[in-house]
Amino acid sequence: MTSDTSYTDQEFSLIGTRPIRPDGVDKVTGRARYGADASAPGQLVGLILRSPHAHAKIKSIDTAKAEKLAGVKAVLTAADLPDLTNGNRASYDVLENCMARDRALYDGHAVAAVAAIDEVTARKALKLIKVSYKKLPHVTDVDEAMKDNAPIVQPHVRTAGGDPDKQTNIAQVSTFGHGDVEAGFAKADYIVEESFKTEQTHQGYIEPHACLATLGPDGQGELWVTTQGHYTFRNVCAELLGLEVAKLKVTSSEIGGGFGGKTHVWMEPVALALSRKANRPVKLVMSREEVFRASGPTSSTSVDVKLGATRDGRIVAATATLRYQDGAFPGIWGMLGAMTSFACYDLENVKSVGYDVLVNRPKVAAYRAPSAPMAAFGVESCVDLLAAKVGMDPVDFRLLNAAKEGTKASYGPPYGPIGIGPTLETVKKHPHMRARLGKNQGRGMACGFWFNFGGQTCCDLNIGVDGTVNLTVGTVDVGGSRASLSLIAAEELGIPYESVKCTIGDTASLGHNDTTEGSRGTFSSGMATIFAARNAIEELKARAAQTWEINAKHVEWENGQAIAKGIEHSNLGPLTLEELARKSPTTGGPIAGHNEVVADGAGVSFASHICDVEVDPETGSTKVLRYTVVQDAGKAIHPDYVEGQFQGGAVQGIGWALNEEYIYGKDGRLQNPGFLDYRIPVCSDLPFIDTEILEIPNPNHPYGIRGVGETSIVPPLAAIANAVSNAVGVRMRHIPMSPPRVLKAIKEAQMEEEAQQQVSAG
Amino acid sequence: MTGVHVSTTVNGDAVEFVCPGSESLLDVLRNRLGLTGAKEGCGTGDCGACSVTVDGQLVCSCLVLGAEVEGREVTTVEGMARGDELHPLQRQFIENAALQCGICTPGFLVAAKALLDRNPSPNEEEIRYALAGNLCRCTGYDKIVRAVNAAAKDLAREAKRSGKKRKRA
Repeated sequence: MTSDTSYTDQEFSLIGTRPIRPDGVDKVTGRARYGADASAPGQLVGLILRSPHAHAKIKSIDTAKAEKLAGVKAVLTAADLPDLTNGNRASYDVLENCMARDRALYDGHAVAAVAAIDEVTARKALKLIKVSYKKLPHVTDVDEAMKDNAPIVQPHVRTAGGDPDKQTNIAQVSTFGHGDVEAGFAKADYIVEESFKTEQTHQGYIEPHACLATLGPDGQGELWVTTQGHYTFRNVCAELLGLEVAKLKVTSSEIGGGFGGKTHVWMEPVALALSRKANRPVKLVMSREEVFRASGPTSSTSVDVKLGATRDGRIVAATATLRYQDGAFPGIWGMLGAMTSFACYDLENVKSVGYDVLVNRPKVAAYRAPSAPMAAFGVESCVDLLAAKVGMDPVDFRLLNAAKEGTKASYGPPYGPIGIGPTLETVKKHPHMRARLGKNQGRGMACGFWFNFGGQTCCDLNIGVDGTVNLTVGTVDVGGSRASLSLIAAEELGIPYESVKCTIGDTASLGHNDTTEGSRGTFSSGMATIFAARNAIEELKARAAQTWEINAKHVEWENGQAIAKGIEHSNLGPLTLEELARKSPTTGGPIAGHNEVVADGAGVSFASHICDVEVDPETGSTKVLRYTVVQDAGKAIHPDYVEGQFQGGAVQGIGWALNEEYIYGKDGRLQNPGFLDYRIPVCSDLPFIDTEILEIPNPNHPYGIRGVGETSIVPPLAAIANAVSNAVGVRMRHIPMSPPRVLKAIKEAQMEEEAQQQVSAG
Repeated sequence: MTGVHVSTTVNGDAVEFVCPGSESLLDVLRNRLGLTGAKEGCGTGDCGACSVTVDGQLVCSCLVLGAEVEGREVTTVEGMARGDELHPLQRQFIENAALQCGICTPGFLVAAKALLDRNPSPNEEEIRYALAGNLCRCTGYDKIVRAVNAAAKDLAREAKRSGKKRKRA
């Protein structure tokens, strides 16, 4: 079978080795072309005018002066983007996010755009556009937005299944779980109940959104863009602009980081519309400030967790209420928080309720295992507290309650073979857990879960006349996947890694591929590559049989060559892939393999992290001293890039836990839209990040691959909060644990202690 | 356009351009000279993706005006390799998988070279502080620090070898 997805245990010759990446030289010489690195003859510079208000009615927009400025070729407002979404509210939301219609919904919401011959002219034109606003009441905090008297962000929104007449900011309530939690808590000897908050963070990719758009009056267009999903971008842009999908060619540039933030269109439809109006190519590049103000950060949250355990250390009941803000448009972030919160544990009675809440902030986008880190922060903090109440070591307590094969997940389905137990066993044995700690130092650990995703995938594998191979895939290479996919093609065909050239195809070269999200790149394109290679091998065997004039069923493929089986064929020497390729012009033409698949069966992934910190009691500043990531990869195709995913996710989590935060003023405007005041971790903040790759094969992939990209950001918030709490002796309940917040927590605990002493003394 | 006429040297080549007085060196390099190796990550000198050297000094080219480089020597990532031979830093970044998306890589390479030019055998802490002005969001810096360390050792070996050669000659 060329398309059997089930796992087969096999000896690999290339998988698991660490060859250099094929795009390495381009990327170290400055040759690699990213979103802002392309130009077209006659191109214009596009710029966007953005709302300075958190919430305002747009009374009028006067573009007359801007249009008259010499060098201005197009000015665009919502009036140039008619609603073609046919009642599809989700699509209308995307359109409205690209360009405000009657109201600006957040600070930074686009209200108009220009295309001009150069940047100086475009900037002048922006200043000449006069927008008349009427400010409206706004809300930016998730708990405030849920109150009955809160300003309403989207008047049409009703809570699904709720009061059809009541305007609300609660777009969705999602409930998961099983058993009887009340009965469970009644049996508990110990109960922990705590509330937590996390602030909003941004994916923080170093490359701002950028595109080069060309759209003619004939409805034919091209879009060069930094994206995680060029096929999705094509479909969305075509729908919003009334284009035929086949006539819009979208090419994904090299991508300078995405982490989920480049799964949505932000200004690409605007660039295409400007190009159509001006009938010239338009290059549109966001500034860093625009990236922060107007492209998708993740949710800020407010989470309550309650856990109960019996004396023997079994968790008998667990509940969580999770409130996630979605920005100004409904999303699924509270739902994902509710689904992931208790996924690490084997629980008889569990209930989680997620709220998706609208506020006047930018539309929330996916950020690496979206929603799971905040839920894990609350749950894993409470797991530590409950372990302490029971009197058990936190790792042993987690091991006792960990989910295993056959466990009914808190979000519904039963688990197959999973890695939570093995990661905890590895942590338990790890020398990190026995290293000595000094004064003001603390250790914490935590677990994390992510689903992973497969999705629609296709690829082409074309064998050249010299036996080298072009592999064309439709998932974007965000972290070295061209290397892993080349390894897979070479492994299947039995040829050297260096003989494969992997390219990301544009939308005119391959069928639809879902966006590269859910850690699916190597999982799903790896699966399609295996099947395409096996498909090509069938053809290679047929060509060998034809050459030998024997029946194809007597031909087998071994180590990169066709072998004639059976004693009667012992006179026939093997034919290598290269020999068959060289003969191909006369044996039937080009040899290729193809595959189209919906890559179901993405294996869930678990990780356990250990972290040591030192907290300066004078300043409240926290330094990470040591960090260890243990995660199940299913199968590590190229271990360097698996380690890279573990390390990168952990460090994004460290930034989130300690520093990063969107700060909004009372006026609802973002106060820190730059890397100076929104501080992501730098090299001198960090130690080396140690990694342990476990390999528990995913039964639904021929090589056992699980996605590895996202899970690594799930445990850090909780692991670091547990470490800081242990270092300072005060439970940390608010992320990020920035120095003022840590100092405040220490002072409040001291005051509480003093007050108690006074009471007992009096 | 009223512009400033500038004669300068970029990666060893004599170059002339005209730019508005307000235009950054980064925009000149990228949009007038076709050198898109330096990247704009922030435009405010916080991310280091646009790092180049001017007369050997490491700068954020987004904070330097094009007009300021009259008569100076500018070096960018495009000037690091000698012909088809990669600089040891470039080689070790590839060998150590010190890049994922690669957008920050040109800036890191230029900054790391500026470090090794001044301090040929830095310890881990010196590497981490010298690169603290360059943001990377993918790698957690682990493999970058290892790559710079390995390149420093390569350069020391090369220097030793060429020293011996000179002695023999």
